[in-house]
Amino acid sequence: MDLATRLLEGDRRALARAITLTENEDPAAAELAAAVFPHTGRARTVGVTGPPGAGKSTIVDGLVHLYRQQGRRVAVIAVDPTSPFTGGAILGDRIRMRRGTADPGVFIRSLATRGHLGGLSWHTGSVVRLLDAAGFDVVLIETVGAGQAEVEVMRYAETTIVVSVPGLGDEVQAIKAGILEIADVLVVNKADREGAEALARELEAMLRLGDPKPWTPPVVRTVATTDEGMADLLAAVEEHHRFLVESGRLEVWRREQLTTEVETLVGELAGRAACAWASETGAWGETMGEVTARRSDPRTAAAGLVGRFLSCRGAAVPGARLEEKPEGGEPDAVRTQ
Amino acid sequence: MTQGKVRVLVAKPGLDSHDRGAKVVARAYRDAGMEVVYTGLHQTPEEIVEAAIQEDVDVVALSILSGAHPTLVPRVAELLRERGVDDVLLLVGGIIPEEDVPALLEVGVARVFGPGSDLDEIVRFTLENVRRRGA
Repeated sequence: MDLATRLLEGDRRALARAITLTENEDPAAAELAAAVFPHTGRARTVGVTGPPGAGKSTIVDGLVHLYRQQGRRVAVIAVDPTSPFTGGAILGDRIRMRRGTADPGVFIRSLATRGHLGGLSWHTGSVVRLLDAAGFDVVLIETVGAGQAEVEVMRYAETTIVVSVPGLGDEVQAIKAGILEIADVLVVNKADREGAEALARELEAMLRLGDPKPWTPPVVRTVATTDEGMADLLAAVEEHHRFLVESGRLEVWRREQLTTEVETLVGELAGRAACAWASETGAWGETMGEVTARRSDPRTAAAGLVGRFLSCRGAAVPGARLEEKPEGGEPDAVRTQ
Repeated sequence: MTQGKVRVLVAKPGLDSHDRGAKVVARAYRDAGMEVVYTGLHQTPEEIVEAAIQEDVDVVALSILSGAHPTLVPRVAELLRERGVDDVLLLVGGIIPEEDVPALLEVGVARVFGPGSDLDEIVRFTLENVRRRGA
């Protein structure tokens, strides 16, 4: 029986292997993605983000527990950073996710960023779909410890939970653009600590500034290690989901998500094709010679290359397959030579 | 990126009260470019095998200080076999008396690393013996 069929039947080893193939950009992954796609679009996605040590993994563990009590099957994608120096990674989110480990209704997968910025892994969207196709009702996505710019989770999560903790800075932090802005639900975790109530009030005050919006993110106080406030958090997530469905935003969001994904892939495939063409024809070396001699600036050089690529090759796009990332065909590789 | 990274589960079965050794090994694996899933203290063999499956690791490295290895290690090996996981490299480290090593190798452990083992040797052995898997 092939991998896709086994995955669709809920075989956990098949699912795990499928995720590996996807992460490794194995040629089999494209086929697999195509085979499971018609079976996706059912799972709900909930993102959990926030600074390192805020309690994201513990909150995910608590949500898994509550969803299981409702009888829902839950999958978790937990992302940790890859070392920029060695390419290795310590994936430690499971340490805090103990309650679901031996439960057949739970599947937890740790992913490394492998150089991807934005707080997630390169293949988060594809992995969500594999889990969805394997029959999980909810997919929780935990980002790396995020600062102010790791907002990518909102692209994959219908509901984004932003976890904050007391003691990280003054109230100006709360009105900065970025991570707080993407919250559908705000959590003040470690609510038993000094400064937690003040932080929660600052966040609430910040949310009242500006024009009223159709959805105002609630601020939920939790002590995730003791499950305090976790039921309120789940209720807030459910409430947001109802809002998305009733307002018709969920459909819009899903359409936009697919549009963005296709757009991104078009850019990626076209970029790889152009780089591969440039390497093959020698145009790459020629152009880089001009740039390193400072006769041509990077933007002009890149525009020139793309122009030549389009006029030379027309519709033919060699090297455009996703799994083909030519060594030395990419700017970084060339620069280090 | 077509060649996958080596993924390792570093796990501590049983009741050990500290995990310094496990962390040192996890760090060495990371520095060698591997992706290390670390699950923390007090794991049951069932939890370890389930994590190994979900994480689709190439290597399961067990660290045991408590002396419970004669029961814990065979149990992990047995569960891996039961679940059809026949392609992982099973390693054991920690405080393992010399006379207990043959029995562990017998149940499927590839190598036992006792106290004072050289980290470079652990990494080298792991990389050389990990089974590179196709689709």
